[in-house]
Amino acid sequence: MPTDSQHSNYHPPALEFKSTTFSAPVLVLANNDVIIIEHQLQEKIQLAPEFFKNSPVVIDLQELNKQKLDIDINELVNMLHSLDFLPIGIRGATTQQLNKALDLSIPAHTGQNQALLIDNTKPQPAKPIPTAEDSASPERTTLIIQPIRSGQRIYAHGDLIVLAQVSAGAEILAEGNIHVYGSLRGRALAGVQGNIEARIFCSDLQAELISIAGTYKISEDLTEMVRNRPVQICLQNNTLTIKDL
Amino acid sequence: MARIIVVTSGKGGVGKTTTSAAIAMGLAKRGHKTAVIDFDVGLRNLDLIMGCERRVVYDFVNVINGEATLNQALIRDKNCNQLYILPASQTRDKDALSQEGVGRILDELKKDFKYIVCDSPAGIERGAFLAMYYADDAFIVTNPEVSSVRDSDRMLGILSSKSRRAEHNEEPIKEYLLLTRYSPERVKLGEMLSVDDVQEILSLHLLGVIPESKSVLNASNSGTPVILDEKSDAGQAYADVIARYLGEDRPHRFIDEKKGLFGKLFGSK
Ligand SMILES: Nc1ncnc2c1ncn2[C@@H]1O[C@H](COP(=O)(O)OP(=O)(O)OP(=O)(O)O)[C@@H](O)[C@H]1O
Ligand SMILES: [Mg+2]
Repeated sequence: MPTDSQHSNYHPPALEFKSTTFSAPVLVLANNDVIIIEHQLQEKIQLAPEFFKNSPVVIDLQELNKQKLDIDINELVNMLHSLDFLPIGIRGATTQQLNKALDLSIPAHTGQNQALLIDNTKPQPAKPIPTAEDSASPERTTLIIQPIRSGQRIYAHGDLIVLAQVSAGAEILAEGNIHVYGSLRGRALAGVQGNIEARIFCSDLQAELISIAGTYKISEDLTEMVRNRPVQICLQNNTLTIKDL
Repeated sequence: MARIIVVTSGKGGVGKTTTSAAIAMGLAKRGHKTAVIDFDVGLRNLDLIMGCERRVVYDFVNVINGEATLNQALIRDKNCNQLYILPASQTRDKDALSQEGVGRILDELKKDFKYIVCDSPAGIERGAFLAMYYADDAFIVTNPEVSSVRDSDRMLGILSSKSRRAEHNEEPIKEYLLLTRYSPERVKLGEMLSVDDVQEILSLHLLGVIPESKSVLNASNSGTPVILDEKSDAGQAYADVIARYLGEDRPHRFIDEKKGLFGKLFGSK
């Protein structure tokens, strides 16, 4: 007589674990004042409200901890939730901060890569890359979720947000600002119609060329101080200035 | 459902044909009826690697032009009766392939075969375009050096924007990385990129690492895909690739974790 356990051998597997690489924005904090962070986040959200709504985010405390600045994890996470962010990981944290995060069900993310590993059995099909014609209104923000590979060229009439890497040999152009939440290895040109207020934000600067409103720097001009780092790039008195984010 | 696999790279001489022969044989050996097509019109050598060069009567171009039927042109492999080879033409040039014609042949093959492996020519021109256009899965063959990685990245851009799936807004081609001619010693010496270096640049699902191996040359000299040499490291590595592609869990072998050229140049992250 077959026992129950024998019988259950015949069930096809109901689940499997797969590991996929998954990109998520990393929130690198440089100030431990939650009010100020909230204020500046709100400004960012203004740029792309739809994009940030329910967006996953990894909290990065490395910079803060380097400067020995503690931050109240509870307060920070509550604030993020109130802005419709979904914190899914924390890194660069102290053991104490980690434990607090764990209490809030936020796991440690130890990898140094921008790519976040989570289990995800069905990767979302990537959207086609919008072309210039796709953007109806000139103010619109263009959002790209898949890597931009060598030889590809993206033009955005408004702001451009890239949630993945930009490969060497790729070129991204925007009339507004450019945000890259991944390694920026290709060419990035913001304010291409002459907007000198435009900026470039990226979480890992390795670009071949960066330009704002026609003023540019090439890879050779990038010092070790800014290379491989999260930075923002803007024009100050007609000079391209690169600052830590 | 049949699946069309393109084996592609951008750069030449990285091991596409070696890989096409090995994986086609591997899938067929697992009992899946498989066809492997040589898209390298004018430079055919898949038939040499498969050891059927003396049995070629008709080729891919003949079938597209209606000069022969698919059944007349397909050559059954001498080692495995689940495997068929559609050779390329030696005497035509690459303009002999039409997009419509390739689509027609693939549709016909899909009725009868589980896997259709397309061995792409090098470059990003017409031949490589036609080989990838109808694909469901792509095996990106890359050597651990900067120029090969760069060309693979370029090919990935083409897959995600110019393929049939991209044009029809369907789920994108599934992309897999195959790192071939890998030599842990040379990685250690800093002469080659490491697996991590390559992954850092391409961020792709790694299907396998094939070591640099004498067995590959021996295999192609004797006209038997290297995967049949079960004692060889390269043969075992390709067998792992097939297992992983079919959903089995296999730890990666033949990898040394040491930092390569890239790590040395740019520091670790
Ligand atoms: N793992 C390996 N170890 C040693 N040699 C290899 C390996 N893989 C391929 N080779 C050798 O590299 C050369 C090129 O291989 P192959 O013809 O498969 O490349 P390909 O990408 O198809 O080239 P092409 O772009 O010209 O079509 C051959 O001499 C082959 O024997
Ligand atoms: Mg070849």
